[in-house]
Amino acid sequence: MTVEFVLAIGLGVLTAAGVWLLLRERVFDVIVGLTLLSYAVNLFIFLTGRVRPGRPPIVESGLAPTLAHYADPLPQALVLTAIVISFAMTALILVIALRARAETGSDHVDGAEPADDAAGQRER
Amino acid sequence: MNWPHWIVVPIVLPLLAGAALLLAERSRPALAARLSLAATAAQLLVSIGLAAQSADGSVRAYLLGNWSAPFGIALALDRLSALLLVLTGVIALAALAYAVAGDAKSRVDLRGPHFHALFQFQLMGLAGAFLTADLFNLFVFFEVLLIASYGLLLHAGGAARLRAAIHYVSFNLAGSALFLVAVSALYGIAGTLNMADLAQRVAQLPPESAALARSAGLLLLVVFCVKAALLPLYFWLPATYSAATAPVAALFAIMTKVGVYAVARMYTLVFGADGGPVADLASPWLPVLGLATIALAAVGSLAARSLRRLIGYLVIASAGTLLLALGLGSRATVGAALFYLVNSSLVVAVLYLLADRIGEQRGEHGDLLAPGPFGAERNLLGAAYFVAAIAVCGLPPLAGFLGKSLLLVAARDTGHAAWVWAIVLASSLAITVSLVRAGSRIFWKPIEPALPAAATATSSVQAMALGWLFGALLINAAAAGPLARFTGAAAEQLFERRPYIDAVLGAQPVPAAVPIREILGGRPAKDEP
Repeated sequence: MTVEFVLAIGLGVLTAAGVWLLLRERVFDVIVGLTLLSYAVNLFIFLTGRVRPGRPPIVESGLAPTLAHYADPLPQALVLTAIVISFAMTALILVIALRARAETGSDHVDGAEPADDAAGQRER
Repeated sequence: MNWPHWIVVPIVLPLLAGAALLLAERSRPALAARLSLAATAAQLLVSIGLAAQSADGSVRAYLLGNWSAPFGIALALDRLSALLLVLTGVIALAALAYAVAGDAKSRVDLRGPHFHALFQFQLMGLAGAFLTADLFNLFVFFEVLLIASYGLLLHAGGAARLRAAIHYVSFNLAGSALFLVAVSALYGIAGTLNMADLAQRVAQLPPESAALARSAGLLLLVVFCVKAALLPLYFWLPATYSAATAPVAALFAIMTKVGVYAVARMYTLVFGADGGPVADLASPWLPVLGLATIALAAVGSLAARSLRRLIGYLVIASAGTLLLALGLGSRATVGAALFYLVNSSLVVAVLYLLADRIGEQRGEHGDLLAPGPFGAERNLLGAAYFVAAIAVCGLPPLAGFLGKSLLLVAARDTGHAAWVWAIVLASSLAITVSLVRAGSRIFWKPIEPALPAAATATSSVQAMALGWLFGALLINAAAAGPLARFTGAAAEQLFERRPYIDAVLGAQPVPAAVPIREILGGRPAKDEP
């Protein structure tokens, strides 16, 4: 129970931080937000196989191959796929962000500094 | 056509072609263009063959790697999948021909690396999404087509495309995260990812997990509506599509339809009327949001200041119309939606290609909706624009009119008839006005002196690509009767979910097309343990 509680809190914190960063105006913050969000999603997929300490998904002789005796291996396979895709996507959006910074001269998500608070940004 | 492996060909063919093109593109660009065209044409032929197969009304299932369902990944072919495969092939062939047309300076595919490989991978993702019968596999094919679309959107580079790409990529990555949450929550509750198995299991869920299943189902709806561009989730679309090069935007016309397809599939099969605790999940939301989307898209089309932005709002209006018809949820409205889908995808592809030609001929005015000097081909492009505008705003005699009237007639028997008639007709009027205004500003108010004919006049191959799509539009109108019967039967098939479930779960292994284990010298494959 305590393990599930800790994991659920961690999932919530990761998601909240990810969504908050996703809504910010700098591309770098958005990318970090997407990364945190993908961590939260990966953890969530992993948890849908239920938390079962000490039950690896490797069939042993003499133990019936049912979910009563083993952890569900499928979410672990799904999470691998999700990790690969989200990792590649993070790399891709980083490259796009760097190119956009070079071409537009701004790391704002709209590709241009907003006119009214450009001065405020420089002071910070 | 009795070879059992035809179903997987629309996925494997572009995969192999794309891999070969990665190798050939840099060293042999002329060969790469031919190979890509040949692969796309072959894909269209196979799709037509599959559509002919599916016309008998049976659902054909195929087990990838002979893993039995629901443990492995199954593909399933029915009328809806076959229809969308053919439509993809028709549009892709025109877009690709347009991209390779002209001389070395004007060819779109040479403006950046890897156009053909990405194009083929996009086709692979589209075909896979239309064919798969596994929810996680649907996610994977969504990612395949999205990753290819990121590359295609950025093709030819430039600040405008990069700006659009940041919005498009981050928005879709957030959408993919939600997709994964929804899929894994459904797996956590029902213990399966096979759509047919899922349909059976969610209908028998105990009440305590029904709430979780409903929220997962609604999350899936959000994800599909991101792709299909429904009301609160469409703001990325006009900027993204107008930033892309013309053939890519024409191909993207079919990409929004993937979301529509996924809604049509999932919300009849799993979350449909027979879904038990998750029955009719989308029907309170889709009609309202669809109507609001149509209304706002009409306003957007009136406010658009360039032709490509205007077309972007037409894409959104057609997506709204389709999701409205799916949300009304009767067999007649879904049949009308599938009929309307064919015409609206074709005409949007035509308009994006035409907007590119118009922009080339107007020099620095491009596709801005402002009077300006015009180069050559004004009469020809004007006539083509006139025909396409008739098709897109739903005036007779083209099939857009038939699609909308089928929908309005079908909507009479639903609870929202008054709203549907009022908003669909009023928005059609607004879209007609905005198209007329755009046409008269571009074609009827030329400023003298005329520009010299543009260096990049419409080449014969580009004219063929446009003629191919116009021909498809005319065939669509001339053969409206058979097509409406086919889409009506496809809608019937969607609502009769038992044959789909039986076909997927009862699919039998077939002998391998290439006995790879024997070739590699391993032990021979055994079908039975």
